[in-house]
Amino acid sequence: MGLGRTLLFRSFNMFLVLFSILLITVTLLGPTLDKLLVDAIRNQVIDEVNQGSLKFQNLEERSSYINSQIELRSKTFGLDQDSFTLSKLIHRVVSVMTLDLGNSHYFSTDFGSTSVRDIIFEKVPKTLLLFTTANICVTVIGIFLGTYIAGKEGSWWDKLNSIFAILSNSFPSWWLAMIMILVFAFTLHIFPARATPLSSPSDPNYILDLIYHMTLPLITLIIFSFGTWAYLVRYFLINILNEDFIYAKKTMGISRRKILYSHALRNAGPPIATSVGLGLSGSFGGAIILEAVFDWPGMGKLYYDSIALFDTPIIIGLTFVSTVIFLVTIFITDIAYTLLDPRVKGG
Amino acid sequence: MPTRYWIHGLKGANFLQKRLLLGLLRSRRGKIGLSIIAFLLLLSALAPLVIPIKSYFMWNVPDYWINNPKTSAPYWTNILGPKEFEHISLGRNDAKISSESLEGINVVDNNFKINMKSDSFPDDFMFLYSARYSDVPPVLQIDITRPDNNTFTVYYSSLPMTNKANSSFSDRIFSTNNDVKEALNQYQNLFSFPISGFQPQILLFSDSAKPTVLKGEYQISLKFYLFDNSSRVEDAGIILGGRVFGIMGTDDLRRDLLTGIIWGTPIALFIGLTVSVFSIAIGIIYGVVSGYRGRRTDEAMMRINDIFYALPTLPLLILLMVTFGRSIFLIIGFLMIFSWMGTAKVIRSIALQMRNFQYVEAAKLMGQSDLKVIFKHIIPQLLPLTFASVAISVPGAILAEAGLSFLGLGDPSLPTWGQILRDANTADAASRGLWWWIIPPGLMIALTGLAFFLIGNTLDSIANPLRNKKKKA
Repeated sequence: MGLGRTLLFRSFNMFLVLFSILLITVTLLGPTLDKLLVDAIRNQVIDEVNQGSLKFQNLEERSSYINSQIELRSKTFGLDQDSFTLSKLIHRVVSVMTLDLGNSHYFSTDFGSTSVRDIIFEKVPKTLLLFTTANICVTVIGIFLGTYIAGKEGSWWDKLNSIFAILSNSFPSWWLAMIMILVFAFTLHIFPARATPLSSPSDPNYILDLIYHMTLPLITLIIFSFGTWAYLVRYFLINILNEDFIYAKKTMGISRRKILYSHALRNAGPPIATSVGLGLSGSFGGAIILEAVFDWPGMGKLYYDSIALFDTPIIIGLTFVSTVIFLVTIFITDIAYTLLDPRVKGG
Repeated sequence: MPTRYWIHGLKGANFLQKRLLLGLLRSRRGKIGLSIIAFLLLLSALAPLVIPIKSYFMWNVPDYWINNPKTSAPYWTNILGPKEFEHISLGRNDAKISSESLEGINVVDNNFKINMKSDSFPDDFMFLYSARYSDVPPVLQIDITRPDNNTFTVYYSSLPMTNKANSSFSDRIFSTNNDVKEALNQYQNLFSFPISGFQPQILLFSDSAKPTVLKGEYQISLKFYLFDNSSRVEDAGIILGGRVFGIMGTDDLRRDLLTGIIWGTPIALFIGLTVSVFSIAIGIIYGVVSGYRGRRTDEAMMRINDIFYALPTLPLLILLMVTFGRSIFLIIGFLMIFSWMGTAKVIRSIALQMRNFQYVEAAKLMGQSDLKVIFKHIIPQLLPLTFASVAISVPGAILAEAGLSFLGLGDPSLPTWGQILRDANTADAASRGLWWWIIPPGLMIALTGLAFFLIGNTLDSIANPLRNKKKKA
């Protein structure tokens, strides 16, 4: 498959998945969504009436006008019928896609808006900040450590890392988070237990404060995943080190170091890229919970709180946004795989 | 799982099963894994015998745990630091009961012996009793004889009147009770320091010279004066609230964490094994059908597989749980739906090769239906090869359930490890330093996961000839 075809195929698959998730959401939460949409329409109509030039004799006339408007608009979307219609379905899908889900019952942004879209968009960058940083660190550490260990197969370091990797796969990352708080916040008083910055977002020192509060979650994420990472890199590298072309290079007199870090690593690129993708998507779930433990003001914390308070609009919105982030991550790793794989370039 | 599995499959399922079992018993990893699992199974089997079954159903009912102390550390922490008072809860079975008749009055004495060894005072105390009587209420007198041979009468009062004949009355007398405080004030001349500021639980157990613990044996007697023959004492007990309790301590709701940890074991094993066995069964059937039928069926089924592969599991699980409610069987069902895809893919590639094997083609030529060929000739060959995958996928299921429980989407009626950790997190246990609430549940999850990983790993390296060759090279 050529590069273009792969990309086309992958993006088609991505949209298929996205669409099926949307359909599942809409079918599962149909009635709830309808209620949300009617609420949204009501707010919209009242807004229009308040700002518009229409004059009413008395309150009754005003409310009857509002009600008739709501009914009219609900009808166009088919919200007044219980039965299933296409326009209703499309309307639901569109409203989820545009995060047009009305207002949250319990949450608001730092600036006071209660619109679901505003709340979610305020949280997304913080989640991305934490996890992109963590994943970059883990990738770099994992690749170098893994390569180093691959060169010393069977050594003490190798065994230690294998044990570490197996261990970190058998407990949840958010448990490690609780232990880290216990050790670094309660016992040693180095980092705060709550990762929500104390200063307000308009404060010039807000960024510094945010980074200080981010340290403990970041360290936890790195400790939790670098062992598995190094183990994977080592696994792929050792497979490659047993290939004939490596032996050929050895006999040619190329130094061991150079073979390891440039020839072998280059060839292990594609499978490593694939496991980055799988690892990322796998860690995503645990990361949502990790945020809740640290009180990091991102999507995961919002998820946790909205489940506790049963704030459906927020839950629906978050499901959609996290699906998009998840799919985009997988898509990017797929592209990376394609670019790294020499067979694709040649073809 | 590599595609070469079928090589062994051909040699016969029985042969491989034996080889796997032997290899497991021979390797060190396998031994460790097996012994951990044996321990967990033993724990699950013993659970209903050792601890009351009621504690399982009453896990989330605070009343059931009322006799335990709040947020207490495990008792063995006394070895390391200063000796904290260990919680004491005695019922009527622990008392020496004696009764005597004095001029027609029946005196029932419930005598409890307590040995004070700790350096700190109890947090509080309470006396509980229950009596059945008619017109004339009995009188209750509580005496405490201390190691220095002083006897304090801390309570002397008649039980309330009743209009119903033969009715039962039960109550608790707390250390904060005013009668108790006043009764203790009579003894102020025994102490060489002013006692007005001290709480009853400190005075009772304090040295008369200075406010430190007077160690030694205390006798606490709950004496009932019964004035007619129909009156009876039904229950009597004492509780001295401690700062340390049991092997694993208690949480904010006074629940004994050891009980929770033990009940969590069978549940975790059940979730892990059910999800992994069924999801791998689904994966095998799906993969074999796809690979065996080939062509368009294969193409379509693999496309569906791809879609499932790319689904973000946790957000979807959250959505499903929010909509359908929180039952353990729903959780298991949903986890199965999201974990069969990997197996399906591997099995499909094996089945693609197997369908051209002579015995499969022979079966087809004999006119056997596709269904029969699949279930009679292909799947039995594959079964023993999937043991490794079953073992490896158990920890994932346990982790997933723990995660859902942690998010508040677990089955609220069950004491699972994830649930305990959620409670700990809601109560800010980490920043309050309540390590005994956080470490054990997580360790149990890790231990279970580790055991299954080790077994899966060993089985995989036995069944996978490719790896063995590499290791030798």
